[in-house]
Amino acid sequence: MQKIATRHFDQENPQRLENYLKDKGYEAARKALTQMAPAQVGEEVKKANLRGLGGAGFPTGTKWGFIPAANPKPRYLVVNGDEGEPGTFKDKYIFELDPHALLEGIIITCFAIGSHKAYVYIRGEYVKSIATVRAAIEEAKAKGFLGKGIMGTSFDLDVIVHPGAGAYICGEESALLNSLEGHKGFPRIKPPFPAVVGLFGCPTVINNVETLACVGPIILNGGEWFAKLGCEKNGGNRIFCVSGHVNKPGIYELPNGTPLREIIYQHAGGIRGGRQLKAVIPGGISAPILTANEIDVKMDFDSLKAAGTMAGSGGIIVMDDTTDMVWAAMVAARFFAHESCGQCSPCREGSGWVYRNIKRIYEGHGRSVDLKNLPGIINNIGGNTICAFGDAVTMSIGSYVKKFRGEFEAYINRSSDLEYAKSNH
Amino acid sequence: MQELLPQLDKIVSQYEQKQAALLPVLHVVQEHKGLISPETEQEVAAYLGIPVVHVHEVVSFYHLFHQKPKGKCHFAVCQTTSCALLGAQEVIDHIRTRLGIEPGETTPDGKFSLSVVECLGACEIAPMMQCNKEYKGFLNKKKVDELIDQNS
Repeated sequence: MQKIATRHFDQENPQRLENYLKDKGYEAARKALTQMAPAQVGEEVKKANLRGLGGAGFPTGTKWGFIPAANPKPRYLVVNGDEGEPGTFKDKYIFELDPHALLEGIIITCFAIGSHKAYVYIRGEYVKSIATVRAAIEEAKAKGFLGKGIMGTSFDLDVIVHPGAGAYICGEESALLNSLEGHKGFPRIKPPFPAVVGLFGCPTVINNVETLACVGPIILNGGEWFAKLGCEKNGGNRIFCVSGHVNKPGIYELPNGTPLREIIYQHAGGIRGGRQLKAVIPGGISAPILTANEIDVKMDFDSLKAAGTMAGSGGIIVMDDTTDMVWAAMVAARFFAHESCGQCSPCREGSGWVYRNIKRIYEGHGRSVDLKNLPGIINNIGGNTICAFGDAVTMSIGSYVKKFRGEFEAYINRSSDLEYAKSNH
Repeated sequence: MQELLPQLDKIVSQYEQKQAALLPVLHVVQEHKGLISPETEQEVAAYLGIPVVHVHEVVSFYHLFHQKPKGKCHFAVCQTTSCALLGAQEVIDHIRTRLGIEPGETTPDGKFSLSVVECLGACEIAPMMQCNKEYKGFLNKKKVDELIDQNS
């Protein structure tokens, strides 16, 4: 299988420019800048069926096309490297092992959208990533790949690394823009969309790290080549992050559309201790959970959507048969309650309410009314908030309650105070 | 903050608007001072020409900025799903027992502090924590003991 985003990971010191240059490094950027028109670059990426790999799966070339041609304001590319979706850890590897692949993708993307400044927003905890990307930028500048008159052309580009400061919500693109402007990370109401009114009120494209790392190879080898590597409407490969109760947790670059069963049992080495699978989160904590009977699904945006869940950020969390699903729901609900930014009441109040409700059930004080109320509380968050965080609470926690309702009922039935538990108030 | 000005000026020059430099400026100042005190908030506000309340709002919103001193060795232990599945609670409980502190507290000698955090993006090495700047993975009681002994 031909690897793309992880192709250099096994080499010695792959993060150094001298090593990146050995494998056609920056040739794609040179090709775009010297032989192609910006619109041609966008067309090639559209042909590639490259989709946003941060989680939304939006076609990348189409997104670039939303930048209004007539707007005289400066344009920005913002790289979303706030990787915080639980179960996801792929962008960290790109930052640390192939930062030049990211920079080359940034150069090509900026050329395509007519931007001369890119900000790379990296979560603050990724100290090593921040240092590695900054070092790579200095290397690239010294070689004339960044700065004024890149590669002897008239194209200028500055790339700035912006460290985050520990807030999951800043992975939401409009919250990220606010954070980048020096505010707390509150998502913005859309429209206007960032393509029209983004960073500093200017047209802005926001792309994920892995997405941009694919852009260089697409320009070098052609959009059709990339599209053929994946499945229908989902071009190329994805870096799947596998964690939890598997024998070999880690990152696996595989074609879009690889069956989930194959990823768990072949690539990640199966379930620890030869145990049975109980449940899988297929695309980061926000994705509805799948039961062991539901893993014969292809891992691409469209197939997972059809299966009632989502491909999300590619974070696969595996749970074996020792897992208490009420506890697992509580852990997920705790995450959402902790990370809700507090801007919208349904999410701020609802996520805490959901967490306290499940915690009460788990701790043996649940009442039947708690379980009766739970779906209503959960369903009143999604769709009623500014950003998709509220939807994530509804979809994620709702799936535990729906698919493992028996376990919740069992907790209520053995509640410490049965009379109280049976009461309806 | 005076001695940091050359470094801070360089950061500010990277942005179209001064306020946009707030997060990176706070990182540098916190690294230097160990925390963001109310006086520091005032200095940063004056430096960037923004209201103090705005700086405070940002400092209190983001988990990585702290208004109280941390221990010399700070354990930020992840409690989210992948880490939780592989024993994060045992790790947290072991640290609590060994150091006699609860999450959010610092040992009286100032050597250690503990916080419990949400996903740090390193589920492949779960259960894990961030020990100052470094990620430490595949934690168990023995590894925690080693970390504590090395820093005692």
